[in-house]
Amino acid sequence: MLIYIARRAIMAVSVILVVLVATFLLFFAGPADPAQSMCGETRCTTQRLEDIRRSLGTDRPVAIQFKEYFQGLLVGRDIYVSGSPKHCEAPCLGFSFRTGVEVKDALATRFPNTAMLALMSMVIFLSVGVSTGVLAARRRGSGLDRGIVGFSQVFGSIPSYITGLLFALNFTVLYPLLPRYANRSDGIAGWIAGLVAPAIILGLFYATGYVRYARASMVDTLNQDYVRTARSKGISEQTVVYKHGLRAALSPVVTILGLDMAGLLSGTLITEQIFGVDGIGRFAIESLRNDDLPIIMGTVLIGCVLVVIMNLIVDIAYSFLDPRVRLS
Amino acid sequence: MSAQPVPPVPSSAVPQNAVAAAPERNVVDQAPKGEVVLKITDLCVRFPSDEGPVNAVQDLTYEARLGRTLAIVGESGSGKSVSSMAVLGLHNPKRSSITGSILLDGTEIVGADEATLRKLRSNTAAMIFQDPLSALHPFYKVGNQIAEAYLAHNSVSKDVARKRAVEMLELVGIPNPQRRAKQFPHEFSGGMRQRAMIALGLVNNPKLLIADEPTTALDVTVQAQILDLVKSLQREFGSAVILITHDLGVVAEVSDDILVMYAGRAVERGLAKDVLARPQHPYTHALLQSLPSASEDSDQLQTIKGTPPSLVNLPSGCSFHPRCTARDRVPGDACATVLPDLRVSSPGRQIRCHLANPEQVLAQEGAS
Repeated sequence: MLIYIARRAIMAVSVILVVLVATFLLFFAGPADPAQSMCGETRCTTQRLEDIRRSLGTDRPVAIQFKEYFQGLLVGRDIYVSGSPKHCEAPCLGFSFRTGVEVKDALATRFPNTAMLALMSMVIFLSVGVSTGVLAARRRGSGLDRGIVGFSQVFGSIPSYITGLLFALNFTVLYPLLPRYANRSDGIAGWIAGLVAPAIILGLFYATGYVRYARASMVDTLNQDYVRTARSKGISEQTVVYKHGLRAALSPVVTILGLDMAGLLSGTLITEQIFGVDGIGRFAIESLRNDDLPIIMGTVLIGCVLVVIMNLIVDIAYSFLDPRVRLS
Repeated sequence: MSAQPVPPVPSSAVPQNAVAAAPERNVVDQAPKGEVVLKITDLCVRFPSDEGPVNAVQDLTYEARLGRTLAIVGESGSGKSVSSMAVLGLHNPKRSSITGSILLDGTEIVGADEATLRKLRSNTAAMIFQDPLSALHPFYKVGNQIAEAYLAHNSVSKDVARKRAVEMLELVGIPNPQRRAKQFPHEFSGGMRQRAMIALGLVNNPKLLIADEPTTALDVTVQAQILDLVKSLQREFGSAVILITHDLGVVAEVSDDILVMYAGRAVERGLAKDVLARPQHPYTHALLQSLPSASEDSDQLQTIKGTPPSLVNLPSGCSFHPRCTARDRVPGDACATVLPDLRVSSPGRQIRCHLANPEQVLAQEGAS
């Protein structure tokens, strides 16, 4: 088990490294010039542009910049911010080109918002999605089943920026049934209440997928011989469906859950934007718009690490769910 | 029964293993003893499909008695498994239509509610399935799966049920049952898994045990062990056994009675030994002919020409007539137009065939 985790960790580090290099290269390959956008359009002299480039460090070769970035991650480094050196402790993600705030801190204040939104929507899409999927599977072929599948397909194929916008407009603005987003510093209760609306939209949107995964998995499992064996024991239909059926049907769902959670935890761009949630996703969009490389790198790194961690959790969860899977 | 004097068995055409397996039974004993546990009358099972109703079982009548083994033989799709699953009420009532009567230990199964079925399942009638790897739940320990069935019908603690499971594993010949009970099915070998499946089937000491192709997924050597086990357990528990198989070698070894099914209908019924020695239905005859024999010099396997019919569009008249070699021995085209009744052809034997003197005809067929 330990060897397995160690091997996975080595693989994870190499994956993260590759993604970081790729992001770095893409940034410089594109037309992005943070100095240009900071300098402004009208009163930008060549001299000023040069100065800004020097202070950001973007005037040096890409390889050296990456080396320093990586060094910062491992051991920390000193970075010149508006002329004076500032120490940045490992794992150093640098300072924002724009605001000079340390990326680590900027991400740390936003991550809880994204994480709470992800968890709340997970509660919704797992409970709604799986229970509805199981219901559809048990009534396979009935009108109810067709209605559930049809509705989930229709709802799932409407882009979330449309349903999200309409929902936000109707329930937080026109008929303010649900509170709007409030900062965590203004009180935990208000913060959580403000996340209910985006969590519902996100949860329902993801639930449409889980209805279909759970239904398909459950239909397959209920046709298995071991479910027939269970039924032939004379135990209750509830035990047959849930203890014998659902338990086995959940394994494939867990795989998808891991990846979805990695995606949700690294920020939902559109939902956060619509509901004004100050999360990682909205932060990432802002930093892209500003050519703010340290923040872009920071959000990419978080996403990467989350995918790797979630996959590891899924694999470990698998070995508990299915005794045939031995981690070795 | 074993105390009865052994009468001379006509050695003519009886397969050697059949004689060895059932030497104690009298050929002329046409009135089987033992209480009737299962009485199926005019059973029909239909499944709706896009092409039309699938007539999986039609007009099936048979009974199973305590202490006796009934073999139900037929090709895939002959309705043998479908009919036996109906005994436990395992067909989804929403996706099947079942008519006729299934009396299990005095209780009507057709149309029975879930609570009635639950009380009978495993307790009165239990089933052993074909592939023990897929029939045992991969996520639960073998001992717990057996204990679950015991707990469902006995108000005992989990510990008592687990002890019972270990006892059952020991009974079916699994070494080190204490440790084995805590293992998962994938940690068992194929034969051990089927033994565990049998332990699960017998844990509530049911009056009827239905074994649905219990040896198909196993090695030949293991097959014999499993059959021996079923036989010896039957002697010990005195239960009725229904053995569903397409393997006539298996039938010869362990069964008292035989029911041959074709396309959802019974085509021949009788004492296993008699039927195997002198089949009267052309289908049974053809099945026996297609058994590979070690002694025969032929390097060609005998097969039954044609394919099993579609259960949606059954052939007119006798379902077997398109494949029947004795068809031209029946005057007119009765075979193609009139469905024969299951009739008594000789004492203790029933066939569904128009042939007036089937044994003679088939004897000539076999010789030619």
